[in-house]
Amino acid sequence: MTGAATIQLAADHAHVPAPITALFADYAHAIDGGRIEDWPDFFTDPCLYKITTRENVERRLPAAILLCDSRGMLLDRVASVRRANIFEPHRYRHFVSAIRVTETGPGYIRLQSNYLIVRTMANGTMAVFSTGEYLDKVVPVGDSPRFAERVVVCDHSVINNLIALPI
Amino acid sequence: MTASEPQPTVAWPKEGITRIPYGLYFEPAIHEAEMQRIFRGPVWNFLGLDVEVPNPGDYRLAEIGDTSVILVRNGTGALRAFVNRCAHKGTQLLYEPFGSVKELMCIYHNWLYNLDGALQSVPFAKGLNGKGGMPGTFCHADHGLTALRVETINGLVFGTFSDRVEPLRDYFSPVFIHNTERVANRPFRVLGYYSQWLDSNWKLYWENTSDPYHATILHGWATKLKLNRFTMEGAIEMSANGWHHFSWSKMATDQGGEIYDGREFRTGTANYSGFGLNDPSVIEQWDDYGDGITTAIQTAFPNFVLQQIHNTVATRTIVPRGPLASELKWTILGYADDDERKTAIRIKQGNLIGPSGYISMEDGMVGALVQRGIAGDKDKAAVIEMDGRSIETIRGSRASECGVRGFYTGYRALMGL
Repeated sequence: MTGAATIQLAADHAHVPAPITALFADYAHAIDGGRIEDWPDFFTDPCLYKITTRENVERRLPAAILLCDSRGMLLDRVASVRRANIFEPHRYRHFVSAIRVTETGPGYIRLQSNYLIVRTMANGTMAVFSTGEYLDKVVPVGDSPRFAERVVVCDHSVINNLIALPI
Repeated sequence: MTASEPQPTVAWPKEGITRIPYGLYFEPAIHEAEMQRIFRGPVWNFLGLDVEVPNPGDYRLAEIGDTSVILVRNGTGALRAFVNRCAHKGTQLLYEPFGSVKELMCIYHNWLYNLDGALQSVPFAKGLNGKGGMPGTFCHADHGLTALRVETINGLVFGTFSDRVEPLRDYFSPVFIHNTERVANRPFRVLGYYSQWLDSNWKLYWENTSDPYHATILHGWATKLKLNRFTMEGAIEMSANGWHHFSWSKMATDQGGEIYDGREFRTGTANYSGFGLNDPSVIEQWDDYGDGITTAIQTAFPNFVLQQIHNTVATRTIVPRGPLASELKWTILGYADDDERKTAIRIKQGNLIGPSGYISMEDGMVGALVQRGIAGDKDKAAVIEMDGRSIETIRGSRASECGVRGFYTGYRALMGL
């Protein structure tokens, strides 16, 4: 398996393997490009996708703003965004940087990275919407790496109105 | 009222509480009057939970209107609340939202207060080497912190600036106390915090929460999944004066819910055809209180919401941010005796509420749509006539705006409008 071999490489060299930087880029472009139907495919099943805040993490408080622990829950989020929930149309632009490997283990690696999201509304106005970090656990599935865990820790505890699209 | 108080500049329409003049939502003079007459007036404002400040010296900051408030447990274990402001220059004494202190020392000139708000010492009060210092007439006892009255119901802590408002339990109606004691029936455990910035006047969020009429219409996700419908057993209950409201429903009792598949409802449109969940674990639940109530929303004039939706429990506090914006602060709760499984279910059900809530996502947006829709038309008014023109509830109907009319009954009394 290419993925497993690549991940092993990370254990030796503590650099971010190319398939994982590609995973990060594909994830951001899927959301920023409006293709949230592709979003569940970046995860294993079961999985952990969680949005929380720096305040909650530092105070060891377990609540989440958004939490999915199965592919079914990811699909349900997409369906709700597309069909049930109402919000003003908007786009994200993700800026992901400072990706680093924090742990390597048998068949997985953990990574930490920074993100910044600029949100543009349908009326053309634009503002920084969120910044914080991703805490990820990546595993190989077939030839490609996927997120077993993607925990989004927002540096801010105040959310500008709502989070409809995944971060 | 003193002559220096700002005078409201909006006239109330002759129809009374079935009309809400749009100017209330954007006029600066209204906002200023609300700070004095509502938030600092004869009301009880929610400050926090006693479990957030378990030990002597523990504090949390709270906000009442524009005013930052310290809720702290003093050396004898009693709860105290003070305006977060040094009596010298007005500097905020504390600037971290939670913490623990032995005393309250201002960073600016180190004026020092004990946890009962009394001024203990002033650096160089007697000068240096016998020269200077405060005048001999300066009396420490005259310069303590501004204290609020504090009372609690089952661990929910409220404060007031008013000397004349009745005790907390008299201020709330029996129905309010009944549901509060129902939800706060054992010690809470705080599971987390977050807040939402809303581009709308604070009253628009308040109205939204007091208005069950919108709930099964705007929040189609929960309606389609049969979590909350007016065709279930439920009721709106009002305090006698109308200021506070409580609405509840039991999802297991739905009869005739096919009305929501009709053309006049968004849930009857093609978008919702066949809508369901791939993973229904998000709505897995148990009956926490033994009464079958699955949604219970309670408002306490002017800043507090107590929410139980399935097994999610939360307090919500609305904080005005000038006339055109507000912040909605959530505290997500479980109970101290929850096991890991119950905690996990409550956290997963958290998907229903908050800024990403399947149910609550639209509540902030819709206030902003109103705020933009009414811009510039100070003398036009909203029409609030669903379910009658009074604050009386009609048993069996939750398609009602009596909660909104009730809120404005209290609002008008305090504002003199």
